[in-house]
Amino acid sequence: MAATLPPPRLLPSGDSAITVEFSRNIDDAANGRVLALDRAMADTPVEGVTETVPTYRSLLVHYDPVRISFEALGEHILALAQLPIPEATKTRRWRIPVVYGGEHGVDLEDVAKTLKTTPDDIVARHVAGDYRVAMIGFTPGWSYLSGLAASMQMPRRQNPRLLTPAGTVSIGGVQTGVQCLAGPSGWHLLGQTAVRTYQLHRDPTFLLEPGDAITFVPVDTKTFAEQDRAAAAGEIVAELMPS
Amino acid sequence: MSKLVITSIGPASSVQDGGRPGSQRYGLVPSGAMDRLALAAANTLVGNEPFAAAVEIGPFGAAFTARGGAVRIALSGASRNADIAGRPVAVDTSATLADGETMTLGFARSGSFSYLAFEGGIAGEPDFGSLSVNARAGLGSPYPRPLQSGDELQTKPASGAPERRIELPATAEASIRVVWGPQDDEFADDAKQLFIDSEWKISATSDRMGYRLEGPVIKHLHGHNIVSDGTVNGSLQVPGNGQPIVLMPDRGTSGGYPKIATVISADFGRFAQTPAGRAFRFKAVSMAEAQAAARQFADLLRSLPDRLRPIESFDLNIDALQDANVAGYAVSAVDAATWQVASPADVSGPD
Repeated sequence: MAATLPPPRLLPSGDSAITVEFSRNIDDAANGRVLALDRAMADTPVEGVTETVPTYRSLLVHYDPVRISFEALGEHILALAQLPIPEATKTRRWRIPVVYGGEHGVDLEDVAKTLKTTPDDIVARHVAGDYRVAMIGFTPGWSYLSGLAASMQMPRRQNPRLLTPAGTVSIGGVQTGVQCLAGPSGWHLLGQTAVRTYQLHRDPTFLLEPGDAITFVPVDTKTFAEQDRAAAAGEIVAELMPS
Repeated sequence: MSKLVITSIGPASSVQDGGRPGSQRYGLVPSGAMDRLALAAANTLVGNEPFAAAVEIGPFGAAFTARGGAVRIALSGASRNADIAGRPVAVDTSATLADGETMTLGFARSGSFSYLAFEGGIAGEPDFGSLSVNARAGLGSPYPRPLQSGDELQTKPASGAPERRIELPATAEASIRVVWGPQDDEFADDAKQLFIDSEWKISATSDRMGYRLEGPVIKHLHGHNIVSDGTVNGSLQVPGNGQPIVLMPDRGTSGGYPKIATVISADFGRFAQTPAGRAFRFKAVSMAEAQAAARQFADLLRSLPDRLRPIESFDLNIDALQDANVAGYAVSAVDAATWQVASPADVSGPD
């Protein structure tokens, strides 16, 4: 079985980083291999590797070319990438509270119209999903989740918004996501969470890790406001499920 | 403590150091100086660690006044007029402001960014080991935002050490070297050839996130959307309009446009210093050449302390006069109205 794993492609990202590409597409199996290689690189540190960045389909390995060459690092990575993927380590599962619709999710009504259903049904479908943190990127704490139901998938907005609120929970293409900071986005905004996936001077600064499992829980605006105050004070309002 | 009070400063000026690598897996970009060699040269001149925090000053003028004691500084990077209370200060030298004296910097003439290092460094509270400003993430100290008039930067009183200059090698290479990839297979050979054969200019709507290039349209083979993957400083991504954007130290950590090539690390600072509107070319090199250049660049950084020289007044005056004589003929093509703090590069993501 292990012998059938195809080798990833080693793509140069300049002279100080290698993109280890497992797939060109969004693919849970490829993401599993990305996260497995990421763990393997962390478990057996290589002199000269400075940082690894998992994404849906690739692992970006930053290195110092003074300490290790592209060829030597590439060989090491290929060897690690062909090892059988270890049994899934214990997955952390988070419950993330979301207030859906209204001012917190300004696109909920439009999404329901586009998908020819009701806002309540969209919320029910989104809450029913079992999601994984496939990657964190773009801005601090922006968590891209895999596992969005096929019935919820729709193209991104024609005109990206210049500013979307901190804590926005949105859908875009085959993905759903939780953004931490206010910023531009072309995704459809369904709701808002008080959870800060990134918060300076809190322990941990970054709440979620790639590979974590996520479930969304609907809350009302009053609960959101209370949670938002608590979160602002440094409390972690996401619930870590007992495993 | 002594301090420098900012009496005036243009946009695109911020405190920067070696940056905060290590958290890109959480979406936190390292930031840090656009031109690491210039940062290291300025710090070396005043006896600091090479990547200590300094003021990165954009293409426009600035003025600083010493308060509470004398402040010893060094200026490196873009060439521009500089004086302390009327005494000319050359680029790549140290100098001291007496208490109450003002240092005035003109517009950048060649290059875009200058580095003003303070002997003893800038006092601040590091986050993730860095004082570098990343306004979006609320990071940076003493101010988590670009610098403004009235800001105060605390430092140690000047030691009275003799002033020095630093001898940096002249740049032999005119073009900006790149290695192909990671997604050059998203482009036909003739598109890659067009990229190499063409002159490019940096748009004035560029910033620390990305430099937008103006030149021929680089067409994609399979459209402009790829599944997001990781980015590096110098990633040359090509969005739908075919006009590449080179990702800079405040980039998003991931991006969903194909990246045709990557600026090599040894040339990144020189690229960052290229003024908006000036024509330049890219040159594709092998990985072996890029990594040899990276080793040479590391050797150059290590050699900086050996490149310090005493300042003789003769040298200083000639340099200053030469600087003064060319003033005004080649003011940077960017202007304050268009050099944006948040560029359109900002609005594309998330992918």
